[in-house]
Amino acid sequence: MTRFISPLIAIVAGLLVLLGYFLPNNDLLGGLRAKFIEWAVILAAAALLVGILNLLTVHIKKISAKEKGSFYSLLLIISLLFTLFVGLFAGTDSSAMQDLFNAVILPVESSLLAIMVVTLIYAGIRLLRYRNDLMAFVFLITVLVIMLGAAPLPFVELPLVGSVIRPFIISVFSTSGARGILLGVALGTLLTGLRVLVGTDRPYGGK
Amino acid sequence: MQIVSNLAGLTLVIFSFILLLGLFLLKDRVKASFRDIPAFRKFDQAIGTAVEDGTGIHFSLGSSGITNPRTATSFAALSLMRHAAGFSAASDQAPIATSGDATLTILSQDNLRTAHYFAGAEQSYKANSGRLAGVTPFSYAAGVLAPIYDENISANVLVGGFGVEAGLLSDAAARKQSFTLAATDSIPAQAVLYASASEPLIGEELFASGAYLETGRAHLVSLYVQDVLRWLIVAALIGGAAMKLAGL
Repeated sequence: MTRFISPLIAIVAGLLVLLGYFLPNNDLLGGLRAKFIEWAVILAAAALLVGILNLLTVHIKKISAKEKGSFYSLLLIISLLFTLFVGLFAGTDSSAMQDLFNAVILPVESSLLAIMVVTLIYAGIRLLRYRNDLMAFVFLITVLVIMLGAAPLPFVELPLVGSVIRPFIISVFSTSGARGILLGVALGTLLTGLRVLVGTDRPYGGK
Repeated sequence: MQIVSNLAGLTLVIFSFILLLGLFLLKDRVKASFRDIPAFRKFDQAIGTAVEDGTGIHFSLGSSGITNPRTATSFAALSLMRHAAGFSAASDQAPIATSGDATLTILSQDNLRTAHYFAGAEQSYKANSGRLAGVTPFSYAAGVLAPIYDENISANVLVGGFGVEAGLLSDAAARKQSFTLAATDSIPAQAVLYASASEPLIGEELFASGAYLETGRAHLVSLYVQDVLRWLIVAALIGGAAMKLAGL
């Protein structure tokens, strides 16, 4: 029975939200759209709790099985519970929570972003091992030209690179390529949405 | 002006729907032939190798849940995962999925369970096969590194709503010398993945995965519709440019 009910709910809700988006002046459709989106946000918030429980379960199992990296799992659980208690007792807008965010999350994420720089340089070097073709060469040369045009070089200034070549690549090749990719992605998004709306794609699973 | 753009959007949706339905009903009369994308061929081989070796496949689905405009990317990723998980569900090591959004985690669990059910391997499905790895982009990346490094994974499928943090994942996969199929809708992330992943997909190739992996006729037809719409847009762009040139 659920085999038919869940697609039916998905299709009806999807169609109503879509029509509500395109016909915002229709009070009924506009109201339904707002209500459905509100429900989706509430469901997503409830799902977050389920997700956190899933995260806890995965790491508790990892610790109990003494798997590789279980010490980090223990740290994760302690940090999670500590942050939860601070949030519950001091409040999410409290200075303690702000300090936790500014002193832990922000620097750690910034550090990961910094590691990305090294990772990308290494990936650039490794690229020719994966793809020893013309496009890989074009990609690497473009990266080099853009970086040389943007970086403040000591003592020397490369003629034309920063003033002509780099802006030309960005405003012509890069922008047109990006727009082409975005158009393709938009069409893909449209068709994926339509497949879900007609029920041939069922991302909500079910047998 | 808003009404005009809304109506134009609605017309495009209805036109696409009619085209999709029409081509779907024509069934076998539509013979689609698409250009070769080696990444999909290699992906099929990687699934086969994983099943034979008894190693696992890891699906990293990104951080786009159901409440943002990138949901379709996640849906395409789920569709790909469900198809591939169906082949590898009966393997010694069941496939795992990590995501950076709780709603996506629940959907991944549901899809993995369905894939196991249809593969006749429901008993090998584990609830923690679909995991929430982190709720911010970089915490997600940090959370995904553990399964890539520590679990017996031979193929990583990084498909979904990623940002540049995907570079950390593809780098980890490269260090483990595992197969990596990578696709996302974000342009900066695509550039990063092009440089760091062994098999990156560019642009809308992510949405073509269903057709290339033969997950169903609807995917084949929708790719055909995508191509028709693309040609219409190309014609409109060239026509617009010509009219502007002519001073109209």
